[in-house]
Amino acid sequence: MSKFAKKKSGELPAVSTASLPDIVFMLLFFFMTVTVMKDSSLKVENNLPSASEIKKLEKKDRVITIYVGKPTPEYAKVFGSESKIQLNDKFADPADVGDFILMERAKKSQDLQNVLTTSLKVDKNASMGIISDIKEELRKVNALKVNYTTVSGDAFTNLQ
Amino acid sequence: MGRRAGAPEVNAGSMADIAFLLLIFFLVTTTIETDAGLDRMLPPIEPPETDVIIKQKNIFQVSINKNNQLLADEELTDLKDLRTKAMAFLDNNGDGSCTFCKGKKDSDSSDNPTKAIISLKNDRETKYSTYITVQNELVGAYNDLRNREAMRLYNRPFVDLEADYLNPETDDDLKDELKDKVKRIQEMFPQKLSEAETSSN
Repeated sequence: MSKFAKKKSGELPAVSTASLPDIVFMLLFFFMTVTVMKDSSLKVENNLPSASEIKKLEKKDRVITIYVGKPTPEYAKVFGSESKIQLNDKFADPADVGDFILMERAKKSQDLQNVLTTSLKVDKNASMGIISDIKEELRKVNALKVNYTTVSGDAFTNLQ
Repeated sequence: MGRRAGAPEVNAGSMADIAFLLLIFFLVTTTIETDAGLDRMLPPIEPPETDVIIKQKNIFQVSINKNNQLLADEELTDLKDLRTKAMAFLDNNGDGSCTFCKGKKDSDSSDNPTKAIISLKNDRETKYSTYITVQNELVGAYNDLRNREAMRLYNRPFVDLEADYLNPETDDDLKDELKDKVKRIQEMFPQKLSEAETSSN
């Protein structure tokens, strides 16, 4: 008799949280493995144009990124509203692009140095003048493989 | 008695908190998406040793002015028509040496796809978005033609073949097979897109 009585008087058993760490760790490992750290914060506006005939940029260790766009409002006071180049986390002139590429190239391992791609992340509203200057600099240092990074979509939406 | 019971159990209750903290850190710093874009090769800086003479009819001149207007083969063209125009030019087959072309064999347009060159010229004031759209359409023209031939020969679009070939997860045997196919199609319509120096006015 007393056995049954005891059970009835007991409250709802607490849900065991013993496996919570396991679940969280599983998530943690997932995010740890897929993470690529952001290496620089953007100081320029960067609305990429869209294009449909795109190819994926595999392997992030083979990519050097150059950002181009108008300085964001907080930097616009100092640097003006003309399109600027951002290399790593500094504003730069077209003339600095060559040195930057050579420096980045030297950081990579020997077997990657010949297969590097330069990814140009350029704001929609930039003008081609600055891009031509960059392209000229890239040709000087023989970094001929470029990728105009875009978002995938209909290219005609760029024109609006 | 306390000693006999062995070391007391470590309280693991805060383990979840620590793990959450790390989890949130990685969640915030993660960028999963891979970038994609239009691949282009820039011309090398040293000029070619011999000047190759190219017939005017084998060049399809595309210029964009500072008002983002488009001049294709000396005609003011709408951007939407550029792809069809470029395709007609590439596929023209003026000298009849191209067995797979379906063009009009117009004697004033390109001789065959291996000789056809598209030249793109832009102004310093041209907007980048217009330039990308033009590039996209020109690459699209090549891709459409290549897709057509790949569908005929291998029953799969060229962009599919190429994506599989470039995908690092494809295994090596399949890759070798794809390599030959991709090469063959690329040789049928070699991408000859030259970018002239930018004009400054």
